[in-house]
Amino acid sequence: MKLYDRILPPRVLELPNGKQILKYRSRAPLWALAVALLTALSVKVTGFDMGILAARIREFFVILGEMLPPDWGYLSQVWQPLFDTIKMSLLGSAIGSLLVVPFAMLASTNIIRSRLVVSAVRLLLSIIRTLPTLVTALIATYIFGLGTLAGTTAIAIFTFAYIGKILYEEIETVDMGAFEAMEAMGATKARAFVSSIVPQVLPSYLSNCLFCFEGNVRYASILGYVGAGGLGLILNEKIGWREYSSVGMILAVLFVTVFIIETISRAARRRLVQGGEHE
Amino acid sequence: MNKRIEEAYAGRPRRWAFELVIALLTVALLIWSGTAVETSGTTQNGAKIAWNILAGIFHPDTGLLFNLTTQGVPYLLLETICIAFLGTVVGAVISIPLAFLSASNLTPAPAAFIGRLAIMAIRTVPAFVYGLMFIRVTGPGAFAGLLTMSLCSVGMVSKMYIEAIEDLDTKVLESLDAAGCTSWQKIRYGILPQLMPNFASTAIYRFDINLRDATVLGLVGAGGIGAPLIFAMNSYRWNEAGAILAGLIVLVLLVEWISTKIRVKLARG
Repeated sequence: MKLYDRILPPRVLELPNGKQILKYRSRAPLWALAVALLTALSVKVTGFDMGILAARIREFFVILGEMLPPDWGYLSQVWQPLFDTIKMSLLGSAIGSLLVVPFAMLASTNIIRSRLVVSAVRLLLSIIRTLPTLVTALIATYIFGLGTLAGTTAIAIFTFAYIGKILYEEIETVDMGAFEAMEAMGATKARAFVSSIVPQVLPSYLSNCLFCFEGNVRYASILGYVGAGGLGLILNEKIGWREYSSVGMILAVLFVTVFIIETISRAARRRLVQGGEHE
Repeated sequence: MNKRIEEAYAGRPRRWAFELVIALLTVALLIWSGTAVETSGTTQNGAKIAWNILAGIFHPDTGLLFNLTTQGVPYLLLETICIAFLGTVVGAVISIPLAFLSASNLTPAPAAFIGRLAIMAIRTVPAFVYGLMFIRVTGPGAFAGLLTMSLCSVGMVSKMYIEAIEDLDTKVLESLDAAGCTSWQKIRYGILPQLMPNFASTAIYRFDINLRDATVLGLVGAGGIGAPLIFAMNSYRWNEAGAILAGLIVLVLLVEWISTKIRVKLARG
């Protein structure tokens, strides 16, 4: 960035006591230019056209309008897939977030001294995290057959990678005093981990698991699209048959469910975080 | 000394009833959710299928991976980046007024609540439903994907913007007021410097997510790398799927690395 200061030299300000200071020019124009260039490229590649959008945006509201009085008669058939979706995300989140604990321990530089182990586990977590959930769900349906087991597996894998990253970052910021003291007294690494690190990371770990579960309920509703069970299955079916009032009903039920789960989980998380601060 | 420690230990807060109830509830919920695990069979040769899939993915189709035409992985990745980028920009811009309207420290409580409810409704609708709705507007292709991405981004980005706005330090504004600044100067020197790093960081984070979620768009034919990936997987061409996945994983890891660097820099000022 030295070149930038040479092209646009910093302004010299003189303070009342005679001292001179340099005020560097803002870098904002550079960032603005970069964003503008990328935007121009993106507009070209994606064929963004304000004209089409303005002329045809009404079409967007056509389907929305057809959804709008939702078909209440369909409600009775929504419960089963809805509970499937919740069960899938609950079980998947629980399995994933429990399985990842030893891996997160292996990926923390303050517990494992070997750089090789830490980087290998981190690379594994990163690769799993970048795998799109839909792809894992689709692969799972080939292996386990259609049904909720495939969805549960996909959610567990996603939770595993997501919680893993947050957890090892959390573990690395804990106070290591208690851990070192226990190791010095002859405790094994696992024992010292359970007694000194777990109490420190537990509130935020639980809070993150709940947050992940919230997101998973939302995501689980998509998984049905590839045949992995739950709301997505009937959503896909009803969209295919253009029964938009049923689609509206499904979305309304999903909205209420997500709202309830988010409210409970937010209350629980607030409690967890405050409890952590008191201790 | 030891006695005092023991006394303090004996007087520790005991919430075992509460904790027991929570634990029982959790176990009960997990058992309940265990009842949903069902499958339509074909588990016998599951291991063999898994092995075939893995073998295909680890031997990616290099012809596709380094093909520079519009069918090749590099162009598809470019298209995906463009969809995600413009989607993030449009979404982030739409989110700004929406977030100011729904921030409870600026707007009256009922209006703010309605705004939040609307944002939550936007977030709840799955991306592929939006995709189908936008395809009616623009026809299949990257444009529909871009609009879907924008709307999905609005849901999350405006939620995080609201949190940033509600954390605003209003003392700065009071002192600017006391110094006799105009409204415009208050916005320029009191509000923008507080919000800009946070807003930019949120937008960059969302760009990461959009890039990762781009596969969803492919399901409905809304452009990007998702459609070829799903086609390849549905027709069991695992070498092609492997090539596309390899490209996607490298891209996402690279973008994540860069965006983390920028966000750390933004957070530290």
